[in-house]
Amino acid sequence: MRVGLFVTCLVDAVRPRIGFATIKLLEAAGCEVTVPAQQTCCGQPGYNAGDRKSAVALARKFLNEFEAFDYVVVPSGSCAGMIRVHYPDVLRDDPALLARITALGQRTYELTDFLTHIAMPENIPGKFKGTLTYHDSCSGLRELNIYNQPRVLLANMADVKISEMVESTTCCGFGGTFSVKYGELSTRMADNKCRHITDTHASAIVGGDLGCLLNIEGRLRRNGDHTTRVLHIAEALSGLDEEAP
Amino acid sequence: MQNTSLQFKKQVTIKLADVRLQDALSRLQSRFVGGRAAVISEIHDLEETRIAAAAIRDHALNNLDYWLQHFEQQATARGAIVHWAETGDDVNRIVTEIAALHNVKTAAKSKSMVSEECGLNDALEEAGVAVMETDLGEYILQLAHEAPSHIVAPVVHKNKEEIADLFAEKHHTPRKTDIAELCREAREILRPAFLNADMGISGANFLIAETGSALIVTNEGNGRLVTTLPRVHVAITGIEKVVPTLEDVTTLLRLLPRSATGQSITNYVSVLTGTKKPEDHDGPEHFHIILLDNGRSSLIGGDMQEMLRCIRCGACMNHCPVYQNIGGHAYGWVYPGPMGSILTPVLGGIENSPDLPNASTLCGACAVVCPVKIPLPDLLRKLREKQMQLGMKSRQETFMLKAWAWLALHPRLYAKATAIGVRMLKLIGGNKKLIHTLPGAGGWTDGRDFPAPAGKTFRELYQQGKHK
Ligand code: SF4
Repeated sequence: MRVGLFVTCLVDAVRPRIGFATIKLLEAAGCEVTVPAQQTCCGQPGYNAGDRKSAVALARKFLNEFEAFDYVVVPSGSCAGMIRVHYPDVLRDDPALLARITALGQRTYELTDFLTHIAMPENIPGKFKGTLTYHDSCSGLRELNIYNQPRVLLANMADVKISEMVESTTCCGFGGTFSVKYGELSTRMADNKCRHITDTHASAIVGGDLGCLLNIEGRLRRNGDHTTRVLHIAEALSGLDEEAP
Repeated sequence: MQNTSLQFKKQVTIKLADVRLQDALSRLQSRFVGGRAAVISEIHDLEETRIAAAAIRDHALNNLDYWLQHFEQQATARGAIVHWAETGDDVNRIVTEIAALHNVKTAAKSKSMVSEECGLNDALEEAGVAVMETDLGEYILQLAHEAPSHIVAPVVHKNKEEIADLFAEKHHTPRKTDIAELCREAREILRPAFLNADMGISGANFLIAETGSALIVTNEGNGRLVTTLPRVHVAITGIEKVVPTLEDVTTLLRLLPRSATGQSITNYVSVLTGTKKPEDHDGPEHFHIILLDNGRSSLIGGDMQEMLRCIRCGACMNHCPVYQNIGGHAYGWVYPGPMGSILTPVLGGIENSPDLPNASTLCGACAVVCPVKIPLPDLLRKLREKQMQLGMKSRQETFMLKAWAWLALHPRLYAKATAIGVRMLKLIGGNKKLIHTLPGAGGWTDGRDFPAPAGKTFRELYQQGKHK
């Protein structure tokens, strides 16, 4: 099965390890993974800020780069949601493009959704030992119904225990540009999230969206917590959770 | 009510630091979020019911002229008088005229958010009519000279201690903190107000076209007294509240109290139809129904029409992580939370509320609970698009968005720019790999560190074959 990896702009720039972790998991599930070299950003920042025009151009670009694959996998519920749920709205004025993007959207999956529904790896190579807690990022949860998927996968790791935080489904306050434009409010929301994380005494907080994880990690560290690890689900599952690449 | 949503950002700072408010808000969640969750599962076909409810509202809105005329005919046939008000001022004028006509000196009022839009109480006081709010929450706010901060629980921003202080000061009674005692004290003051009022003023949750009735749902019973004891009853509501039949209302009523207060049904559901008949024991001799437009009709047929489905349950604000942290007053007008962040700019002018559509992470918690399936995040995004078209965004933001999109459309340059960017950020991050301050990103770094990038982009590393 030919899978195109859309790595997302944030993973590309900030934590490339998540991209490699995703490849490792997909290959463990028997997929042939290709990384189209021209890929950049899905256009969500502009779209959510009201810049529909830019989103149209980036949706077309995505379509051209990924249409040939059997599946597209994205290590982010928010970017996968942009493609699956919002691209059809972005391209609504062009019936031909709309049909194509809708079809491609149906073949586009967030990583844990793909691993649980399309291609499950025989064993999960992750090495993490101990208690972790899971944050359900908003777009994955509410646009793509991702809740059980990461938990099912983590349950395959023998030495992992999940300690659920209260309000795991409440927004962490990231919200893309919201986190900078309404920094005070965003920080307060992150703070609430951090309190719930700390209350679980888990040694790691795991999630499926790097944006939220940066927000959470940033607040934990500012609060002086330098021990709770903040991991992307791909890192936890793949075992690529230690040092670089 | 004056729209002060231009002050939103300033208000956020104040509200986040308000210890009493934060204490009061911390109780909101268990009471309303937990309350809804506990009873919403009683509706076994919840999704179908929501779809049906949305369809009922859509049908009424798509044929609004027809159903409003039908409502007027039926209400008139039963002795009510229907008035049409284009603006809040028109409502105030009409109520004042009715008061003068019937020689009204005192009015008892049950909860009406639409009357808050108009600033009705001030207008009546000016015309020499003494108004008493009789909903407990609204009564407290009237004593405190404050506006509601929630559409269902108007006084949710106050804790018990504040109310105890307020009652002791205004009633000149010994301070009490027992809730039952506080309620009794209020009741003793309110009872004579019902009995002596010349006019009762209420809102209406729904208007039923087939019978010309106004329907109100309440918990305290004050709504019943206000609408039946005084000789004149004035019901004020928005034109969008009309639904065709009583049966339609039953579908909406399965959802409204459960979504609002976590009740299967409210203590009182009153269907108010026509004036008192000779065989009736009670009821008003004169029944006036005032229907306010205030910009609502301009939404019909446009891309914001879905907002008019709203049945004012408050679930969207109860579940909103922004509302939960700042409360309702920060939004600056009558309607707070997600629904207010749409209604305030669309009814009060998009240019007067530049922050409201943007002050949301689009987390979607509101849309999941909205009983009439209003796609609130999509509507917020549409307002952002309008702001962009109108040139309301700051030059800096527009430039950043356009520059990012342009770069993303030019992969070679994008690769170079990101490669340079991540190297610089890595350097700034230093040994600890944390960025503490960053020019232009103070919004982030004032409250959070930024975890530094690895120093090379994924695509660089991938092309170097380092993943093997
Ligand atoms: S928008 Fe929906 S959830 Fe919010 S008050 Fe209206 S009906 Fe209730």
